Amino acid sequence: MLKGLIVVLFSVPVMLFGQGFLENSQISGSFQSDAVYYMTDSQLGITDSTLDGKYFRVQGFTDVNYSYKNFSAGLRFEAYLPPLLGYDQEYQGYGVPYWYVKYKNKLIEVTAGNFYEQFGNGMIFRTYQDWTLGYDNSMRGLRVKLTPFSGVAITGVVGVQRTYWVPFKDNNRGIVKGLDADFYLNDMISSLSSSKFKLSFGGSFVSDFQKGKSMEIVVPPKIYELNLPENVATYGGRLNLNYSGFNFYTEYAHKINDPSAMNHYIYKNGDGWLLTASYSRKNFGLTAKTKWIDNMSYKSNRSVTNNALDINYLPAVTKEHTYFLAAMYPYATQPTGEVGASAELIFSLPKNSKLGGKYGMNFAINFSQVNNIKRSQVNDTTAINTPGTLGYKSTPFAVDWKDVFYQDVNIEVTKKFNKKWKGIFAYYYQTYNKDVIEGHLDEYGTVYANIGVVDITWNITKKYSIRGEVQGLWAKQDKGNWMAGMLELTISPKWFISVSDQWNIGNPVSNLQLHYYNFSAGFIYNTTRIALSYGRQREGVVCVGGVCRYVPESTGFTLTINSSF
Amino acid sequence: MKRTITTLLALLLFVWTGIAQETAPESNKKIPSVDIQDLQGNPFNTSSINNDGKPIILCFWATWCKPCIKELSAIADVYDDWVEETGVKLVAVSVDNSRSSATVEPTVNGKGWEYEVLRDPNEDFKRAMNVGFPPHTFLIDGEGNIVWQHSSYTEGNEVHLIELVRKLNAGETIEE
Repeated sequence: MLKGLIVVLFSVPVMLFGQGFLENSQISGSFQSDAVYYMTDSQLGITDSTLDGKYFRVQGFTDVNYSYKNFSAGLRFEAYLPPLLGYDQEYQGYGVPYWYVKYKNKLIEVTAGNFYEQFGNGMIFRTYQDWTLGYDNSMRGLRVKLTPFSGVAITGVVGVQRTYWVPFKDNNRGIVKGLDADFYLNDMISSLSSSKFKLSFGGSFVSDFQKGKSMEIVVPPKIYELNLPENVATYGGRLNLNYSGFNFYTEYAHKINDPSAMNHYIYKNGDGWLLTASYSRKNFGLTAKTKWIDNMSYKSNRSVTNNALDINYLPAVTKEHTYFLAAMYPYATQPTGEVGASAELIFSLPKNSKLGGKYGMNFAINFSQVNNIKRSQVNDTTAINTPGTLGYKSTPFAVDWKDVFYQDVNIEVTKKFNKKWKGIFAYYYQTYNKDVIEGHLDEYGTVYANIGVVDITWNITKKYSIRGEVQGLWAKQDKGNWMAGMLELTISPKWFISVSDQWNIGNPVSNLQLHYYNFSAGFIYNTTRIALSYGRQREGVVCVGGVCRYVPESTGFTLTINSSF
Repeated sequence: MKRTITTLLALLLFVWTGIAQETAPESNKKIPSVDIQDLQGNPFNTSSINNDGKPIILCFWATWCKPCIKELSAIADVYDDWVEETGVKLVAVSVDNSRSSATVEPTVNGKGWEYEVLRDPNEDFKRAMNVGFPPHTFLIDGEGNIVWQHSSYTEGNEVHLIELVRKLNAGETIEE
C-alpha cells in the first residue's frame, strides 16, 4: 500500500519537471491539502470514540494537465487518509479517480476517460466536481463533441459515474448514455449575425441502463415485488432569447417511470420546468425565476439515497449566502418535489449623485420561496407514495401553499464612505423547514430567523486594512439566538490574520450557550495560499448550488495549503 | 503506525509539490482554447480573448463570492483611470453554475461594472486554467502570455495589480 502511494506521488513531480516536452507543450496543474488535528472537547461532547480514534486527518489532491497542440491529457490524484469529519468516510483511500485524453480541432472534440459535462442547465444531465462539498459524479467513458456547421453543437456521451473508490462491475450502477444538440440561430443564418435579437434552442436525451428486471423491497409490514424498467430515459428541451438587456430562458425535462429508494419506489413519471427572465441596463438589474420539480431524482443506482451517483442537477432558486449566520439555514433542493420562485433587484445610485454621494451606493434586494408540490391520491384506497403504484397525481405548478419549505427575504446595501472606509449592511428574514430540508421526521419543525450583518472595512494605508463583522441571528426555534463577530487584519498582498467567534447566546439549554471561536493566519504568495487555524467548527450544513453536506462539531488545528501552476 | 507514516508522507509530498511548482516558469503559457459562453449564454471561444496587443487582466469570479465582488467593485472605482493610463482590459469570467448564471448579467449591470464578462457554467475554462476557488486573477501580456497569477483577494491587491500592469507596459519582467 505504502509503495503504491509513493510511486503515484513521485510520478507527479517527475511529470512536472521532466525536461522531455517540446516547446509547444504546456503543463499546468493545481493542488490542495487540508490537514486537521482534531482534539477532544468535553463541552462539544467530542471524545476519542466520536473521533473514531483518528485525530490526525489529511485529504488532498493534485491535478496535472498537459497539452500539446490539439492534444491534451490530465489526471487527478486524490488521497483521504482518512477523510476529514463531515466528508463521506467512504472516500477513505487514495488513487487516481480522474484521468483523460482529449483531441480537439474545429470540427470535433473527443475525450476518453473522465469528463464533466452538462446539457442545458443540467436538469437531465450534469456531472461536476466540488472539493468543498466532497462531491464528484464524473463520467468515465467517451465523449464526442461535434460542430458540423457554425452555430450547431452536438454532444454524445457514454460511460459510468464515479462513486467514491468503488470499481464498476455487474450492476452496482448503471451505464449512462446521452445525446445533446444546441442550435444558435444567429450563428447559423448569416443575415441574423448582427441582429440584436438572439435566439437559440436545444434538446437532449439521456438513458440510464441498470441491469435487473425485478427486486423485492420490504416496507414493514408489507413486502413488495417490483418489476423494474432496466432503461430509464429522460429527455428535455430549452430555449434562450436575448434582446438588448432582456433575457428569457426556459427548460423542460421529462423522466419516464423510475422506481427508486429516493421516490419510495413509485412508477410515476417525473417532470421539471425552469423559467428565468431578466432585464438589465447600467446600474439596474432585475431577475425573476420559477421552477417546478416533480419526482425528478435521477441516479444511476436506484438504491442510493445520499448525494452519490446523481445523473442530473436541479438548481435551487434561492440565493446563496456566505456570512456565518446568514448561511446557517441554507436551502437544499428537494428532488422528489418542490415548486419555487425568486426575484432579485440589484441597482446602484451613481457616483456624485444626490443620493449616491461621492462614491455611489449599491442595493441588492432578493426574495425567494419554495413550497411543496400539491399531490393527490391516485385512487381512494391507495395512500400517497405507496411503493409499486403510480404514487400520486399532480398538476404542473400546483402549489401546496400550507407546506412552505423555505423563504428568504433579504436586502444588502454596499456603501463606500470615503477613501478609507466602506461597509456592507444586510438584513435577512428566513423561514427554514428543518425537518424537510435536513430529512428529519417531524422533530424540529420550522425555524423563523431574523438576521442582521454589518461588515466594515477600514483601509488604514494602501497595504494595511482591518475588516470587522458583527452579526446577530434571532430565532425562537432550534438553537435560539446567535451573535457573531469577526476581526481581520490584512497586509496586502501577502498576509492575513483573523479572529472570530460565533456565540449561541440564546440556546434554550444554558450549558449549550457555547462559543465557537476561531483564530487563523495565512500567507499568500501568488497562487499559493497557506492558512493555519485553530478553533471550533459549529455543526451545520455546507451547501454549494443547492447540494449540501452535513458538517459535525469539532475542535482542532487546520492547515490548508493550495496552489496552482 | 503505518497509517501515520503514510499520512505524514502524503502531507509532506503535497506541500513539496506545491512549493516546487512555484519555481516553474510561466513565460510560455497561453490562454487555452475552450468553448464557453458570453454574457447572454451564446457560444464564445476563449482564444478570441484579446486587447489589441495591450495587457489583459483575467478575473475568475462568481455572484456568490464575497471577495470576488469586493475585488471587482474596488477595481470598478478606478477602472476608467486604469484604461486611460495603461490601455488594460479586464475580462471577468463568472463560474456561476446554472443556479445563478441567469443573475450574472443583472449583477454586472446592477453594480455598474464595465468589464467584458464571460460565463463558464460547466467550469471548463476554470479547469483548463487550474483555478481552484475564485477569486483568481491572471495578468496576460500583449502577446497573450500568462505572466502572473494570484489567488484570493485582500484589500489593496488592486494597487499591486496596476503596478504590475505598468511594469509590463514599461517592458520590465514580472518577477516577485
